[in-house]
Amino acid sequence: MIALSDFLILGAIMFCLGVAGIYINRKNLIILMMSLELILLAVNINFVAFSHFLGDVAGQIFVFFILTVAAAEAAIGLAILVVLFRNRQTINVAELDSLKG
Amino acid sequence: MVEQLVFYALSGILVFAGSMVVTVRNPIHAALFLVLAFFTTAGIWLLLDAEFLAMTLVLVYVGAVMVLFLFIIMMLDINLVVLREGFSRYLPVGILIAVLLGLEIVMVLGPSQFGLDIVPAPAHHGPAYSNIEELGGVLYTVYVYPFEIAAVILLVAIVAAIALSLSGRVKKRRGQRPEEQVVVNPRERVRLVKMAAERPDSETP
Amino acid sequence: MAQNSQTMYLAIILAPLLGALLAGFFGKIIGRIGAHMVTIIGVAIAFGLSALTFKGIVLDGGPIYDATVYTWGVIEGVHLEVGFRIDELSSLMMTVVTFISLMVHIYTIGYMHDDPGYQRFFSYISLFTFAMLALVMSNNFLQLFFGWEAVGVMSYLLIGFWYQRESAIYANLKAFLVNRVGDFGFLLGIAAVLMYFGSLHYATVFETAPLLRDLTIQVFPGVNWSLMSVICILLFIGAMGKSAQMPLHVWLPDSMEGPTPISALIHAATMVTAGIFMVARMSPLFELSETALSVVMVIGAITALAMGLVGIVQNDIKRVIAYSTLSQLGYMTVALGASAYAGAIFHLATHAFFKALLFLGAGSVIIAMHHDQDIRNMGGLRKYMPITWLTALIGSIALIGFPGFSGFFSKDLIIEAVHHSELAGSGFAYFSVLAGVFITALYSFRMYFLVFHGKERMSASVRSGLRETPAVVTVPLILLAIPSVIIGWLGVEAVLNGELFGGSLLVLPGHDVLGAIAADFHGAGGFVLHGVTGAPFVLAMAGVAVAWYLYLARPELPGRIKQSFGLLYNVLDQKYGFDRFNEFFFAGGARGIGTLLWRGGDAAIIDGLVVNGSARTVAWLASVVRHIQSGFLFHYALAMILGLLLMITWFVTL
Repeated sequence: MIALSDFLILGAIMFCLGVAGIYINRKNLIILMMSLELILLAVNINFVAFSHFLGDVAGQIFVFFILTVAAAEAAIGLAILVVLFRNRQTINVAELDSLKG
Repeated sequence: MVEQLVFYALSGILVFAGSMVVTVRNPIHAALFLVLAFFTTAGIWLLLDAEFLAMTLVLVYVGAVMVLFLFIIMMLDINLVVLREGFSRYLPVGILIAVLLGLEIVMVLGPSQFGLDIVPAPAHHGPAYSNIEELGGVLYTVYVYPFEIAAVILLVAIVAAIALSLSGRVKKRRGQRPEEQVVVNPRERVRLVKMAAERPDSETP
Repeated sequence: MAQNSQTMYLAIILAPLLGALLAGFFGKIIGRIGAHMVTIIGVAIAFGLSALTFKGIVLDGGPIYDATVYTWGVIEGVHLEVGFRIDELSSLMMTVVTFISLMVHIYTIGYMHDDPGYQRFFSYISLFTFAMLALVMSNNFLQLFFGWEAVGVMSYLLIGFWYQRESAIYANLKAFLVNRVGDFGFLLGIAAVLMYFGSLHYATVFETAPLLRDLTIQVFPGVNWSLMSVICILLFIGAMGKSAQMPLHVWLPDSMEGPTPISALIHAATMVTAGIFMVARMSPLFELSETALSVVMVIGAITALAMGLVGIVQNDIKRVIAYSTLSQLGYMTVALGASAYAGAIFHLATHAFFKALLFLGAGSVIIAMHHDQDIRNMGGLRKYMPITWLTALIGSIALIGFPGFSGFFSKDLIIEAVHHSELAGSGFAYFSVLAGVFITALYSFRMYFLVFHGKERMSASVRSGLRETPAVVTVPLILLAIPSVIIGWLGVEAVLNGELFGGSLLVLPGHDVLGAIAADFHGAGGFVLHGVTGAPFVLAMAGVAVAWYLYLARPELPGRIKQSFGLLYNVLDQKYGFDRFNEFFFAGGARGIGTLLWRGGDAAIIDGLVVNGSARTVAWLASVVRHIQSGFLFHYALAMILGLLLMITWFVTL
């Protein structure tokens, strides 16, 4: 039988890959967004695993909402990316420093 | 036993696909590896009896989001050399962070906390079970307001995405302008000039 | 009976208040005549009823009244009340106060005739009378303090009555501030009483006091002080402020900036004696502490001698009398210190009459001289103002203690009492009061001779206008001259055998100096005869003779003496440098501290460090933190990752 911890560890590995991806590909906005998708995926794996092992369907509902929001995020993010590229002819994050807090 | 084999195989593919996503040179390849990751994740979710979500993941993510990614990557003329700058410099630290983070999470979520003896695996549902029915039953009753809000968020996302991509082009509006066409006066367009049919004599040299 | 007396006492105290309110708030409506009518009627009622009370309690031996009229509040068992304690002491004080006040009211009609603040003045002096009555009639410390402060306020208002004069404003502020110093001690004393006796009621406190006689307290850690000494000395500090004892006397000479009736009423006859009255009232406490009595005596002796000396070199007619007042207050204080409370109050009463007389006489002179107060510009006024001259002569003779006049009885009593006293410091006090007699005679008759005899030094225009003042001025003079002569004869026997004050003053057997004098007493006539042969009389006559010689026979001598004793003259002329010291040390010190606090505390610490400093710290912090906000996405992402790492680490290690 597969233990809950196996799924959780898998989720942890995917999460760490996503984090490492954000750190390593610090210039490429598209890869950054993909890393974000990886992180969300890791979270979703955890949710589904817990939902299964605890017999509570609420976890899957949550994943459903996360998918929704992630899709919306991806759509808007990519739209921004396009506008950005149209204005600056680059998606290099290192050149995008005009937004200072 | 078979289940475990399937799980480990899928897990291996998933981890491989994930690591390729963050390391490959070409964003197209990265996107395709991400697609692979989503597929394998869907498989893992099937192991967890989450059929509806697995299908949704494939349909929505692979079918829509990742295609969108691919479109964007192909549309944009990206200078990959610049974007890869410092990749090897950041790699060791990235790996270090990832390993540290992973180890710590495993310490929290590892077998000692969530092993089989602590959280026993539930029996799989029988063939009569419908994951969609169960999800729908909850989604449209208990979570109906969040569901509506999620719908609104999607709508807003659509509008926002369109507005963003259109914002640059508002001035260059093309096509007819019926309101101007309607109010136009012929006298503004055509000027009738009366003139003599012959040239006066005096002007002849 | 009790109900009747309560109504009567309320009438005594409220009649002047009513007059003051009418004159003060409706002065414009009732006019000048209306203003002085209502206030004089109010004070006259108070005087009439006070005299009745005095007759009932002292002469007929009626019962002492001690009751609460109104309970203002109760805080944890402490009753804050308005009440009257009418015994021999307070009835005498009431009579003296209202009589002097009445005289001054009448006199003021003439003195303030042309002043635009006529109604206001009457309102003030009536209100003062009310406050003074509240002080002397009180049966508890709280009301005593109320009256104490109220007379202080009225004194402040009246010294600054001519508020457009800068010197008047300076003087009233000075009086108020110096009195605050005394009041601080006084308030601490009252607080100590409340703390250890749990009551503010005189009777309760006096009954309990002997039980606490040997109690010691630690004001500063490790130093044991007798509770009674601490309380008494604190209370006496209050008396020092109000009764102008050294070194808190500095305000009284300056208070002469006020109108002359005020000098007579407040700064000679009544308010300044409040301290004397208070100590006498507290005799059951003071008797328990020989330390406090010694302090009282020595302070009084210093004041009596030193202030008399200053009086010799003054040239302002009112200031001479003011220093004389200080000196006489010193005498009273010495008497208090010698446990001769009755003698002190007796001197207080006689002094009130003849000093008010002298002040009003001086005022009369000032009116005639068109408000020129410098005695060097006077002389020979005897011919022009016979009534003023005669009354002033009576006042001066009474002041120097010529046998038979009122001042003689009270002052000789004090001198004898000090002679009999065995407290520490009584030797010095005896010397001081004896020397004081000579000095009193010298300055009194210096002034008298310079004003009423000798060459006429005023300008011709002033001389042509010299004439006797109107009846409203002279009648009070005559009325005051009568008691100045006779009251000593009437009072001395009753004072000595204790009839006058009955049980209102407590003297322990070991301190009973008056009793010792009473043993040798054979009637007022005998006392006079004895006085003629005594040292004080010789000294007084010597003083008069010296004054006569220096200022009438050889008028050029004082100038030469002044030159040959330049240093001494300067010391006296500068009043021992108290004013300069206070201005330099206290006023300058306060200003210095103020500047220090302003520059150091307010500007540097609060504004600079706290307000601007925190702002600057935030700005500095922001300038540092700003570098974190690079605007690069990966920096923010890195921060988030690190934060995540730390959080999980924390979670794991927990």
